[in-house]
Amino acid sequence: MYKYDQYDQALVDARVDEFRDQVARRLAGEITEDQFKPLRLMNGLYLQLHAYMLRVAIPYGTLSSPQLRMLAHISRKYDRDYAHFTTRQNIQYNWIKLEQAPDLMADLASVEMHAIQTSGNCIRNISSDQFAGAAADEVADPRPYAELLRQWSSFHPEFSFLPRKFKIAVTASDTDRAAIQLHDIGLQLVRKDGQLGFRVLVGGGMGRTPMIGHWVREFIPVSQYLTYCEAILRVYNRYGRRDNIYKARIKILVHELGAEEFTRQVEAEFAAMSDLGLDAPQAEVDRIAAQFADPEYDAGAPDTLDRSDPDFAVWVDQNVHAHKHAGYAIATISLKPPRGIPGDASSAQMDLIADLAERYSFGELRVTHSQNLVLAHVRKADLYALWQALAEADLATPNLDLVTDIIACPGLDYCTLANARSIPVAQKIAARFESDLARQRDIGELKIKVSGCINACGHHHAGHIGILGVDRKGEESYQLSLGGSGAEDASLAKILGPGFNKAGVVDAVEKIIERYRSVRSGPDERFLDTYRRLGDAPFKEAVYG
Amino acid sequence: MIKLLTGNELLTGDVLWWTGAGWSLHLRDAVAVDDPALLARIVAEERVNDPTFIDAEPGNPPVPRTARERIRGVGPSVRPDLARI
Repeated sequence: MYKYDQYDQALVDARVDEFRDQVARRLAGEITEDQFKPLRLMNGLYLQLHAYMLRVAIPYGTLSSPQLRMLAHISRKYDRDYAHFTTRQNIQYNWIKLEQAPDLMADLASVEMHAIQTSGNCIRNISSDQFAGAAADEVADPRPYAELLRQWSSFHPEFSFLPRKFKIAVTASDTDRAAIQLHDIGLQLVRKDGQLGFRVLVGGGMGRTPMIGHWVREFIPVSQYLTYCEAILRVYNRYGRRDNIYKARIKILVHELGAEEFTRQVEAEFAAMSDLGLDAPQAEVDRIAAQFADPEYDAGAPDTLDRSDPDFAVWVDQNVHAHKHAGYAIATISLKPPRGIPGDASSAQMDLIADLAERYSFGELRVTHSQNLVLAHVRKADLYALWQALAEADLATPNLDLVTDIIACPGLDYCTLANARSIPVAQKIAARFESDLARQRDIGELKIKVSGCINACGHHHAGHIGILGVDRKGEESYQLSLGGSGAEDASLAKILGPGFNKAGVVDAVEKIIERYRSVRSGPDERFLDTYRRLGDAPFKEAVYG
Repeated sequence: MIKLLTGNELLTGDVLWWTGAGWSLHLRDAVAVDDPALLARIVAEERVNDPTFIDAEPGNPPVPRTARERIRGVGPSVRPDLARI
């Protein structure tokens, strides 16, 4: 894992001191809320429905055990004993007091964390594949490049006031676990003629106007990718719309210019910048890359697994993935237990997971955009003990990518932007299926994603079944969409028809799922593939028939 | 339909309801009020964020018209253990 150097630490410590002073001045009445609001937002501190909410960045979703313990400590000391992992691999606290926020940020800084650039029209947390550095199918670990992007984008003076927020995702596999096609910039690490470089996507995104990104470069060597990103941001910063917040994202610029013309402008900018030496010197690249070296794997770790406990075998089948090193596996910890709140974890659970990561996974964890956690380097021989420990803490739900592994934004239970509640809808849908694991597994891969408003933090556009909460004269209503995907086969979900109330949408989802089971070509055909083969007619008939 | 005055406390972010004599954390203490001069004074004092009038049905407690304000009044519906009652 990356360790801060003196510059990283000095920057973060200075920001804590600066924010402490800003809070003091606000509380003393020396500055108004209008003056203070942009300052607190630059530090990730929002005012939500019930209290202040702090969004803490987890760079490329990678955490150490001491960091997770600190996050648990913060939830105990400053919040209400729990926190929420988000769809951008961040963590949010829902009950922060303004007067305590500077101390909280100092605690974060003590473990090399912060909440800087988790709000505002700047480059947000760099997200990545939760299996990075461990996946059997990646060309190389993308995290050193994600870390370079983090350093490049942190306090970048030219890009602190963009037309709108800007999100970058980095992967290194053909299997897309980071939804790169739905980011402002998506970077896929590839190898060409023995050389590492990136395929570059621009202009994807969800929100009010969902779009899938365009490939603008098939290969940019890793020695030039920061300059190329800088060129993209420069074109966006210059021509992105600032007159209309709903048309300000880069996807609108790419759409209006056309991908070809946008690419031409980026290439021209890149050509003009290419001799400026903006990319990191090789020594710095090497310094960062060295910190992502493989852990000291046990070369003699047995590659076999005792699956004699049937409950354990089910968990392995559902929540464990192949690792690049023989004798190891990647274990996903579901934060979607029965009756749970998607992505929420208590401080006790966080402490336990930190301990388990230390014991079984070299003290390292990952956060997924699906709001689960990952232990990326577990000896297969340790999986059973890990599973037993997780099960005792209600953390061994074997439902990864199944119908009960639902993404849900905080929705109207917490969020001031939301029009409708997301979490209760997710819970009610899950409740229809969670007591019958065989039924869940028969349904197979099914990604349900729930957003409480058009901003789409719950990724409903990318849901196999997407649910959008809307406001109907002050009451909550829900719109169903089908056929979305945030994976390598990215697609945008299409609205099925008229909306429902809360009970109605749960019934409708169950009808859609049962219709799928009756019309699929066989048990191996995923819901998404059945939808793509048959279109929405059978599902419309099932719901509205 | 009546008007209630609500906002969020600067120090804690807590939801506040105007009681006629000050602020309360509890919706049950809210009273009908529709006084632009009061709102202007509170805005000027800068101790309560986003003060605003909302519509509600009279009652004990009053019932805000929108789901949003009803949830603000009680707390997250998915965490009844944290409810303001």
